[in-house]
Amino acid sequence: MRVSLFATCLADQFFADACADAVRLLRHLGVEVDFPEAQTCCGQPSHNSGHSRDARLMAEHTLSVFSRADHVVVLSGSCAAMIRSAYPKILGTPAAGSMAERTWELTQFLVHVLGVESLGSGLAGTRVAYHHGCHALRELGVEDEPVGLLRRAGAEVMAWEAHQECCGFGGLFSTKMPEVSAAMADRKLSTLPAVDTVTSADGGCLLQMSGRAEARRGTQHFVHLARLLWQATGKAR
Amino acid sequence: MSGYDWPDPGGYRAAAAETIRHHPAVRDAVGSATRTFDASRQAAYAAIDSDAWRDWARDVKTHALGRLDEYLLQAERALESNGAVVHWAETAGDALAVLDELVERHGIETAVKGKSMLSEELQVNRHLEGLGVRPVETDLGEYIIQLLGEPPSHIVGPAIHKSLDDCRELFHRRLGTPLDADPDRLAGAARDALRQEFLAADLGISGGNFLAADTGTVALIENEGNIRLSTSLPRVHVAFVGIEKVVPRFGDLAGFLQLTARAATGQPIGNFVSLIQGPRRDDETDGPDEVHVVLVDNGRTRLFDDDEAWEALRCVRCGACLNICPVYRQTGGHAYGWTYSGPIGAILAPGLLGLEEGITLPHASSLCGACADVCPVRIPIPELLLHWREKGVEAGLDPRAERMGSSAYAAAARRPRLFGVAAEALRRTPWAAIGTSLPILSGWMQERAAPRPSPKSFRTLWKEGIE
Repeated sequence: MRVSLFATCLADQFFADACADAVRLLRHLGVEVDFPEAQTCCGQPSHNSGHSRDARLMAEHTLSVFSRADHVVVLSGSCAAMIRSAYPKILGTPAAGSMAERTWELTQFLVHVLGVESLGSGLAGTRVAYHHGCHALRELGVEDEPVGLLRRAGAEVMAWEAHQECCGFGGLFSTKMPEVSAAMADRKLSTLPAVDTVTSADGGCLLQMSGRAEARRGTQHFVHLARLLWQATGKAR
Repeated sequence: MSGYDWPDPGGYRAAAAETIRHHPAVRDAVGSATRTFDASRQAAYAAIDSDAWRDWARDVKTHALGRLDEYLLQAERALESNGAVVHWAETAGDALAVLDELVERHGIETAVKGKSMLSEELQVNRHLEGLGVRPVETDLGEYIIQLLGEPPSHIVGPAIHKSLDDCRELFHRRLGTPLDADPDRLAGAARDALRQEFLAADLGISGGNFLAADTGTVALIENEGNIRLSTSLPRVHVAFVGIEKVVPRFGDLAGFLQLTARAATGQPIGNFVSLIQGPRRDDETDGPDEVHVVLVDNGRTRLFDDDEAWEALRCVRCGACLNICPVYRQTGGHAYGWTYSGPIGAILAPGLLGLEEGITLPHASSLCGACADVCPVRIPIPELLLHWREKGVEAGLDPRAERMGSSAYAAAARRPRLFGVAAEALRRTPWAAIGTSLPILSGWMQERAAPRPSPKSFRTLWKEGIE
């Protein structure tokens, strides 16, 4: 099995270690991983701000970069949803439809393509809060996949009243409407149970929550899901 | 007393920031009430095959909107044969003018009003006052905000932004109840005050939740009984009904009345349902002498002409999208700057007010999509938010810096080497030092700590080799 990794522009810069752990995890599972270096951004910021022409240009670029990939594994639920739901609509080409079918958020790929049930027991004894990114949850339908993988690795995924509420990131929304966006993050943080780690499949959400927590002198620890899943194998150093 | 000025939808960000910073009690009250509404909605959906109901409701509304002209004419014929008078109002001015003649002919001094968002949209109270008529809101929430001179903050719960203590203080001042009065006592005091108004009023005003075309039936949902009294005690009843409220058959009401109540408050049906077809008949003892149904356009046909945004006209005004919206929950409705707030308000604004005036509101969303999960008529709200954002860009209404930024970003994203260099530069930017002066970063830095880039990009790690 061969996959092409789409790190996403944000994780490439802010969650490089999680990207590396995703590569280690996939290789550990017997998957050959390729990283097409011409990859840049999926186009979601322009798409979501109404700049559809710019978004289409970026979509076409991404499509050409991954045209030969058997599967594209994306380290963001939101960017995976952009490719799976928006590309076919904004490009309307067979190639866009085909890429949509071959594109997966990491846990989707692990569970539905590789058929992984358990990664190991490397998270035994840890208490984790899982934040459901909105697009992973509502557009991709990713709900049990990440939580199940964490639980079966021994993590205690703690009940969190606001676990499926938006953290307020929303890409450019976080900078265009910063006050409301921050208030939304506060709601997430104020309901957070006592845990060792807060995790999510989306780096943007993690930056939003950790940035707000830090500004308010919170001490919570935010980690990208890919790192925890590699730790789950017990192989992480 | 009843006049209030909406600020302006374009002032959304500042108004929202003001509420969040300086009125934390509003956020608490709105947050707690909307969560309660939404939990009830969720339980009420779970008790039925809500997916099937919502498909049905979407299909009936879509069908009715596709034949709006036929069904409205059918409704007019039916209403007229029942003895009601039908008025067609293209604008708010046309709708309000209906009141002028009635007020003069009947010498009306007091009007009682049932809750109606359309009457808020038309600013009926202000118009009545201009005619020398005293309008009295009779829905408890509307009564509270009328006493305060405020606009509604929520489609279903207009006083949702007020706490119990706010109401205690208000009623103490205006109705003489003790400062520690319990909610029953407060409601009792309002009931006593309003009873006199019902008896004195010559004009009753309502909206209309649905209009069944086949029988000319205006259907009204409520919990307090004040709409029943407003529409049956005064000599004259005027119902303002948006043209999009028409459904084909009387039988359709059965589904819509139940689904709307479930979506709004989680009730299987409203405590009171009034089905009004015309004035008191000869063999009846109760009811008005005259019933006027005003069919209001006020921008709706313009919205209908939009290839995508017309779907917003299916809205039944249940407020479910407000209740689940994490953005709305932070501020309540006033920040949106016009009658309709929350996700539905954001997609109606550019259509009903015009693109230029309404374009800010489609950006007041993180596009989380929770609204689409609950809408009883399956309006694709997130898609329509995007649709209006695109329309705004096409019309050149986006900020110049944003337009140039998007364009430059897209150009760089197709030149991987340049993109890599630029990303590297951005990663090394001392955000904390200069972030506040860059347009995109300043909004971030205002509320949050600077994000910490990885020591090396993944691109670099990959080149170095991953073990």
